[in-house]
Amino acid sequence: MNSLPNSFRSGPDARGHFGIFGGRFVAETLMPLILDLEKAYTEARADAAFQRDMAGYRKDYIGRPSPLYFAERLTEHLRDISAASGRAGGAKVYLKREELNHTGSHKVNNVLGQILVARRMGKKRIIAETGAGQHGVATATLCARFGLECVVYMGAVDVARQEPNVIRMEMLGAKVVPVQSGTRTLKDAMNEALRDWVTNVHNTFYCIGTVAGPHPYPMMVRDFQSIIGDETRAQMQEAEGRLPDSLIACIGGGSNAMGLFHPFLDDSSVEIFGVEAAGHGLDKLHAASLTGGRPGVLHGNRTYLLMNDDGQIQDAHSISAGLDYPGIGPEHSWLHETGRVTYLSATDEEALSAFQLLSRLEGIIPALESAHAIARVVELAPERPKDHLMVVNLSGRGDKDVPQVGDILKGRRK
Amino acid sequence: MTTRIDTRFAELKKQGRSAFVTFLMGGDPDPATSLAIIKALPKAGADIIEIGMPFTDPMADGPAVQAAGRRALNAGMTVTRTLQMIHDFRKGEGSTPVVLMGYYNPIYIYGVEKFLTDAKAAGVDGLIVVDLPPEEDSELCIPAMKAGLNFIRLATPTTDDKRLPAVLANTSGFVYYVSITGITGSAAADSTAVGAAVARIKRHTTLPVCVGFGIRTADAARGIAERSDGAVVGSALVDALSGSLDAEGKATAKTVNAVADLAAALAAGVRSARQAAE
Ligand SMILES: Cc1ncc(COP(=O)(O)O)c(C=O)c1O
Repeated sequence: MNSLPNSFRSGPDARGHFGIFGGRFVAETLMPLILDLEKAYTEARADAAFQRDMAGYRKDYIGRPSPLYFAERLTEHLRDISAASGRAGGAKVYLKREELNHTGSHKVNNVLGQILVARRMGKKRIIAETGAGQHGVATATLCARFGLECVVYMGAVDVARQEPNVIRMEMLGAKVVPVQSGTRTLKDAMNEALRDWVTNVHNTFYCIGTVAGPHPYPMMVRDFQSIIGDETRAQMQEAEGRLPDSLIACIGGGSNAMGLFHPFLDDSSVEIFGVEAAGHGLDKLHAASLTGGRPGVLHGNRTYLLMNDDGQIQDAHSISAGLDYPGIGPEHSWLHETGRVTYLSATDEEALSAFQLLSRLEGIIPALESAHAIARVVELAPERPKDHLMVVNLSGRGDKDVPQVGDILKGRRK
Repeated sequence: MTTRIDTRFAELKKQGRSAFVTFLMGGDPDPATSLAIIKALPKAGADIIEIGMPFTDPMADGPAVQAAGRRALNAGMTVTRTLQMIHDFRKGEGSTPVVLMGYYNPIYIYGVEKFLTDAKAAGVDGLIVVDLPPEEDSELCIPAMKAGLNFIRLATPTTDDKRLPAVLANTSGFVYYVSITGITGSAAADSTAVGAAVARIKRHTTLPVCVGFGIRTADAARGIAERSDGAVVGSALVDALSGSLDAEGKATAKTVNAVADLAAALAAGVRSARQAAE
């Protein structure tokens, strides 16, 4: 473990490193563009007009702030579980309602920021990669709003399992390109987007969907998502007059988690949990890079990756297309090694149960991604005392998953 | 330190001609055939041999090279076997320089120091690692120089005069100019633009400048060779290889010659060019 820094919020360093993680591992063709982007973002970040613009669109276009909702029936259920095992606890569980954002997930927070930066840079063509399709939908939406050309790369496997989102992207005027190479999922979509970017670098802006990729993406995406944690802080003050005691979020690349966590990293009283996808189980096919991987270099950054002994990237598996990625954002790798954040995992089955539990108890159908976080809440909350305040990031709504989950449940009823 | 690459370019200069540089994926379609092919390349006229180290996620490669990497991985190719293959090639061939080309992760996982020691011992002369820009020189470039291997960097149309000195700072052996912004196997740049770009790079360095991406024919190779110190051909050779495979993607009796014959034709194109303008 590294020696603990004064602040967990000061990274990355000037070269984009969080400890040994992060950096800029990309082809030379892209380097000048990445340096331009870093400059443009540094200027935008310090520009009051940019911040004002973003605040305006957040409020009136995305519908922020998203509510912080006390999940009363879920809390009662978890207290019953606690009582049944003789513990007499059960944390108060709050949901940060990112699923109520326009387009249905937290992804839009990041895309808004990046599209405003792209506009400042004069870019007219936007490319993106997507797994579950939520990032693609958010990108297609803001491209429509600002009149920009939009091309979205999506693994052919994901095109099949997230059809509602493919239809949405096309309705919004985006071109969806099914990627047939490799394992035909999110990592291959990212490779294909990088190939497009290398080819069309003169007019194209690559809108990355999570806190990964070459510097400055992990930092920039984190900054745009930190609105989640900033709001949560203020809302919890208002609701309970103090900070939450714990935070929990699912991790694909880790952007919704980073957004919730970052504003709280220096508050040592706040326990923080990230939940990776354990797929069929940690000893079988899964997507838990921190638990089952080790540091390596892919997609422009050094981070924990699933790979074999020869450094070849391994297939990830999750029921949830948005978590089905063999890597994780570099800042999470660093938070893992420093021990500030505890990383857990949830299997496909656990996520499916949590999906149904939240739907039935609260009338909120969560995204399968978010259901991974709920799955660990079901264990953690009953162990905590009744005055413990727990915030779960509800990163997205489950509309996109209704056909997939419906098929699975129908299959089981037979 | 003089490497095989330096020696080769000095010889070519004396002969008054440009280099013919071949690229193939190591282990494609299987390790034994791949070794037979690279053994045939010097006789076919290759002046420098580049060998790809297969990687599951080759972000800068087009479909032909991606498929070649898949075939090699499926046939069991690893970093260790790639080095072994070069070791075997070196048993009969001491002068043709070999450059390994690939992505960083397999090298990082093998271990940088161990990789450099083993590569040097196997008879490797230079490295091209696509995803290590000068900003990450401390990872591999500097240790490679210390180990006596050339670290060859790509310069591209987006590498402007302001950035070129940074790109060239720790480059040795030669500069590889990628004539287009794009992936391997894309359309070629026109030779006039290439000539101007080579001249621009030569204002910043005395290193030889080789040009690649999109060269498919003997004519095109001649055009590039006239305006540079070397023409690099990859995807066209990989396509010739894959065109010779059977329905299962396995090597046939034609495979080695399919590659060697195309290499010989391309070499003739390069040799018919005038020496690059000094
Ligand atoms: C609803 C939802 N939550 C979470 C994720 C995972 O992304 P990240 O880990 O970057 O938040 C996705 C990705 O598609 C998503 O759609």
